[in-house]
Amino acid sequence: MFVKAFLVGGVLCAIGEILILKTRLTPARILVGYVTGGVILGALGAYGPLVEWAGAGATVPLMGFGYALAKGAIDGVAEHGWLGAFMGGVTATAGGITAAVFFGYLCSVIFKPKTKT
Amino acid sequence: MNGWKTSRQRDIEQRYLAMVERFTPNHAMAMNITRAFLWGGAICVLGEAVSELGKAYLGLETADASAFTAIVMVFLGAFLTGLGQYDKIGKHAGAGSIVPITGFANSIVSAAMEFRREGLVLGVGARMFIIAGPVLVYGIGSSVVVGLIAWVVGLFR
Repeated sequence: MFVKAFLVGGVLCAIGEILILKTRLTPARILVGYVTGGVILGALGAYGPLVEWAGAGATVPLMGFGYALAKGAIDGVAEHGWLGAFMGGVTATAGGITAAVFFGYLCSVIFKPKTKT
Repeated sequence: MNGWKTSRQRDIEQRYLAMVERFTPNHAMAMNITRAFLWGGAICVLGEAVSELGKAYLGLETADASAFTAIVMVFLGAFLTGLGQYDKIGKHAGAGSIVPITGFANSIVSAAMEFRREGLVLGVGARMFIIAGPVLVYGIGSSVVVGLIAWVVGLFR
């Protein structure tokens, strides 16, 4: 599992690097592209098998965040009807989003920015 | 050969420079891609280890384990950014440090720290989402579209 995680995670990052080098996309656009790509691949059912196969290799890259959003929305619809489309995505990713807000804020306030030399 | 170069020497020199130009960017590019692969792979292995530990020691099920992994990785990314270490990794790793969810946390903390002098509300509170904001907008937005499509498809089944 660790080898698969390494390979898949590595390849997803290498593709990102190629996109940066070849297309001069900014990191912000890469991240947005990866999340949206993950949502689309998740919706098409293509990303789920990759998660099954590679575990964290597929879930730790931001595409996995997109996959979790899409899966959550689809599962939400199955459970709550159209309301689920608005509830499922964020419910499935609540831990990561809340951690990002909470730890992001905390670390920004606690640490002093290093003066650039 | 009194300091002047023969045309043959000049020719060789030019061909050499052309070759340097042809090969250098490719070589640098291959290096960058390899480093992104290695760092990205390593960060995912760390994530896999966190997930396995969560399952083994906290008794988490798969869904909870991936939430646990996301939370821990986000914490690590934010913490290392605060310490100034993540940007050092980023210099080597390139996309290897951007694409994993630790890079998402890094984008929040580095933006927030940069604008801290503008205050805790409009500085930290607002600027932390310079990059994370668009990610959430497009990610959540497209997931709603996917959900609605799934709902419509379900109606006709």
